[in-house]
Amino acid sequence: MNWQLLPQFAVTGLLAGGPIALMALGLVLIFKSSYIFNFAQGQMMLIGTLVTWWLAVPMELPLWLAIILALLLSALLGLAIERLALRPLTGQPLLTIILMTLAVGQTLQGLALLLFGGAQRNFPQIFSAADPYRIVTPFIHNERNITIILKQNLVWSFVVAILLVVLIALFFQFTRTGLAMRAASEDHELAQGIGLRISRIFGISWAMAGVVATIGGILLATASGLDLSLSIVVLAAFPAALLGGLDSIPGVIVGGLLIGLTQGVASASSVQIVRSAAEIMPYVVLLIVLLIRPEGLFGRKRVERI
Amino acid sequence: MAVLRPAGEFDQSYAYDMATMRRRWQWLALAGFLALLYALPAYGSPSLVSFVNRAAMIIIAVQGLNILTGYTGQISLGQAAFMITGGYIAVLLVTRLDWNFFLALPVAAIGAGLVGLFFGLPSLRVKGFYLAMSTLAAQFIIPWFLRNAFPEVLNGAQGLNAPPPELFGVVFNQPGRFLYISLTVLIVTTVVAHNIGRSRLGRAFVAIRDQDLAAELLGINPFKYKLQAFFLAAVYAGLSGALFAFHLRHVNSETFSLNDSVILLGMLIAGGLGASVGPILGAVLIQGILELATMAGPAVSPFLPSAAAGAVQALRPLFFGVVLMVFLIFEPRGLAHRWSLIKAAWRLRPFSH
Amino acid sequence: MAESALLSVEDVSLVFGRVQALSAVSLQVRPGEILAIIGPNGAGKTSLLNCISNFYKPTAGRILFDGNDLTRTAPHRIAGFGIARTFQNIALYTGLSTLDNLMAARHIHMRAGLLQCLLYWGFSHREDLRHRLVVEEIIKFLEMEAIRKTTVGALPHGLRKRVELGRALALEPRLLLLDEPMTGMNQEEKEDMARFILDIHEQRGLSIVLIEHDMGLVMDIADRVVVLDFGVKIAEGAPDEIKRNPEVIRAYLGQAYT
Ligand SMILES: Nc1ncnc2c1ncn2[C@@H]1O[C@H](COP(=O)(O)OP(=O)(O)OP(=O)(O)O)[C@@H](O)[C@H]1O
Ligand SMILES: [Mg+2]
Repeated sequence: MNWQLLPQFAVTGLLAGGPIALMALGLVLIFKSSYIFNFAQGQMMLIGTLVTWWLAVPMELPLWLAIILALLLSALLGLAIERLALRPLTGQPLLTIILMTLAVGQTLQGLALLLFGGAQRNFPQIFSAADPYRIVTPFIHNERNITIILKQNLVWSFVVAILLVVLIALFFQFTRTGLAMRAASEDHELAQGIGLRISRIFGISWAMAGVVATIGGILLATASGLDLSLSIVVLAAFPAALLGGLDSIPGVIVGGLLIGLTQGVASASSVQIVRSAAEIMPYVVLLIVLLIRPEGLFGRKRVERI
Repeated sequence: MAVLRPAGEFDQSYAYDMATMRRRWQWLALAGFLALLYALPAYGSPSLVSFVNRAAMIIIAVQGLNILTGYTGQISLGQAAFMITGGYIAVLLVTRLDWNFFLALPVAAIGAGLVGLFFGLPSLRVKGFYLAMSTLAAQFIIPWFLRNAFPEVLNGAQGLNAPPPELFGVVFNQPGRFLYISLTVLIVTTVVAHNIGRSRLGRAFVAIRDQDLAAELLGINPFKYKLQAFFLAAVYAGLSGALFAFHLRHVNSETFSLNDSVILLGMLIAGGLGASVGPILGAVLIQGILELATMAGPAVSPFLPSAAAGAVQALRPLFFGVVLMVFLIFEPRGLAHRWSLIKAAWRLRPFSH
Repeated sequence: MAESALLSVEDVSLVFGRVQALSAVSLQVRPGEILAIIGPNGAGKTSLLNCISNFYKPTAGRILFDGNDLTRTAPHRIAGFGIARTFQNIALYTGLSTLDNLMAARHIHMRAGLLQCLLYWGFSHREDLRHRLVVEEIIKFLEMEAIRKTTVGALPHGLRKRVELGRALALEPRLLLLDEPMTGMNQEEKEDMARFILDIHEQRGLSIVLIEHDMGLVMDIADRVVVLDFGVKIAEGAPDEIKRNPEVIRAYLGQAYT
């Protein structure tokens, strides 16, 4: 372990966990309501972010307007996917549904490539990249305190991401729609029985997932630019969602932060192979979670019936 | 009274009932078709020969996936990773240990099978989406390992080059010759896959797929059979990957990717789950569409809204995604289902009204 | 009496969160008898069968079958002891034909291993043929010849229940657990099913545990009846005694008593 780098990398990793948590939230929103694990989440994020870019840069709309329009579009995209691709599959086996989300992902990826091409783009800056924050830690190395340097945009992306997760958690806790969605996730038939429209709830959660995905994409793109590989970033969020528990909204914060942290810590290792393992850390964690506690840290364990 | 008949006659009638092909003309048709395929290098264009080569190797990987996902119902997003595994093992055995390719091939397949078995272990505790996740882990961890571990042996991101296979002085260094290998392996894997489907093993697999809890309570050890399915699927993947490595004469950690795992699943769905013709129909159809999309890219590029870099490759994922969605919505049982409907209609033909 | 029991459930309790599904339930199944378990919805009947299958792990108590403690046996081994069952919400292998559902149940009696199955010809093929004879006999017995090759997912409810019974029989059990084999059937189908159960019992001499809501049928078929209510065994005895038992009448008060 490279102790001098550890604090810096650990904190950077934690901050990267914010957007990961946000991406995981998109997955959890859909899973909670409809038991579908959305493998197209990354491509939804990609399309939403590309549209934001298109409105803000070539179309020269003010950034705030571009974001609002893109978020509306993302909500519509989510709704459309649910309505056109997944609703017709109600009652089909799990494999069919998994493959449908994969097929939607491929289609969106193809569309993104067709409409926008594969080039790397600069995304408008939202948070300043200048004047990084400096934090002096109490840890001493070579007789000097270790200082952590944090880019502003990293910190603010983190803050926005976590705030959004908290906001949505509160929405589920305290609003009527949120309560209805929770009831629906407990038991579809029961919810139908007490007059909740399941189809509306599915629609809302897909729309919310679309919005959340795009916000996550914007946060990532504003920090590190935008190209088609954005859709792959979400692969780090799959393990985060599972680690937190696929049906737990607060779980995504813990899951996201832990995944970010393990990646940061691995990068601080002095052994090359461990450093290179930072990229697969999420999946190592995932295997461990699956073997020890498949329902995740905060997920509900169900006893199967027959 | 049936009881009065000698037992042998009973056996024979059930054997006839269980036979796959009951008529001599069916065997003849099959033999003729295979002869045409083997003779392809004599009359087919090089690109057709190449396509049949690729299709044959892909079919093998899809057949493996069919055992795991089609029969046993365990969703795998890691088939491509096990293909790479087989490729690496085969190439290492040939280049490092001077093994003959034809000996290295089955050993590489079994090696890949054991790796597959390892990543199947989570099926002890999880299923469905969760299991898909653990196979996704294989899809990341295996290429990472090959890229980063033992660089002196595995040669990092560069990967390994393979010599052409050789047997009794014959060097299989052209697609036309390689075809004999890929077709022969394909015939063996098809027969074995078909045998699995109709045997005790296949019934146990399907029981687990359709009702894992009932199967367990009625005496089928789910963990044992899930692991066997993972093993067999990875053996098939290993065979396919080893063949590909020697066909392309190269393998690296990105020869097959997550995308390929998804495409293999798509082929399985398009062909039809749990039927032995499914992988053949699905692989040929989807591979055909993908290659068409690649060829069509430059032709349509002047009409594309964005002339930007890479747009010509957009048709591949687009075609694949759309075709797969159409199958999932309108024909989730795949081409094999259509095929069996046609066959049934044909059988009944003289009497159908 | 405990000596002669084939299956003996001893003080079995089962808890789900705050629900006490079973509290210290004891009962015995004697060789060759038909024991009915009745009780209102949610009484714990299915949970008890699931404990016998060791699918639910009892929080206390043990279950002995022929001297083996089932609570310490892996679920997939229990069928091998000679216990087969059907399920309340039909759990057939929907993608397989009737024939293959029954063949799949022969699993525990077959030996073909991985390699033999891959090769098929030879051992595996001969073994399949042998077991096909056993299965065909059951198909004939349950009058399912016409649906032999039909995929069971496509069968109507009543026939699926019958295939499920056939699948359980194909295991050649000594104890047959039937969880509501007649629900959702019309009167004629019910009578057919009752006849099959009685015939099986008579011809094969096996013990049967029958869960059923149709009181008339239960009283006709069963040798003895056990009554569960809220996870507690409230009565046990011959059908005539049970009918007159005040506790039982109270438990069923407000419920349709048919
Ligand atoms: N897997 C489970 N998880 C949680 N609670 C369960 C589970 N299985 C059963 N229960 C609860 O245990 C109690 C007994 O259920 P059980 O299914 O055994 O009743 P039953 O007598 O079979 O009823 P029915 O006549 O409706 O089939 C019920 O309160 C039920 O909700
Ligand atoms: Mg019940």
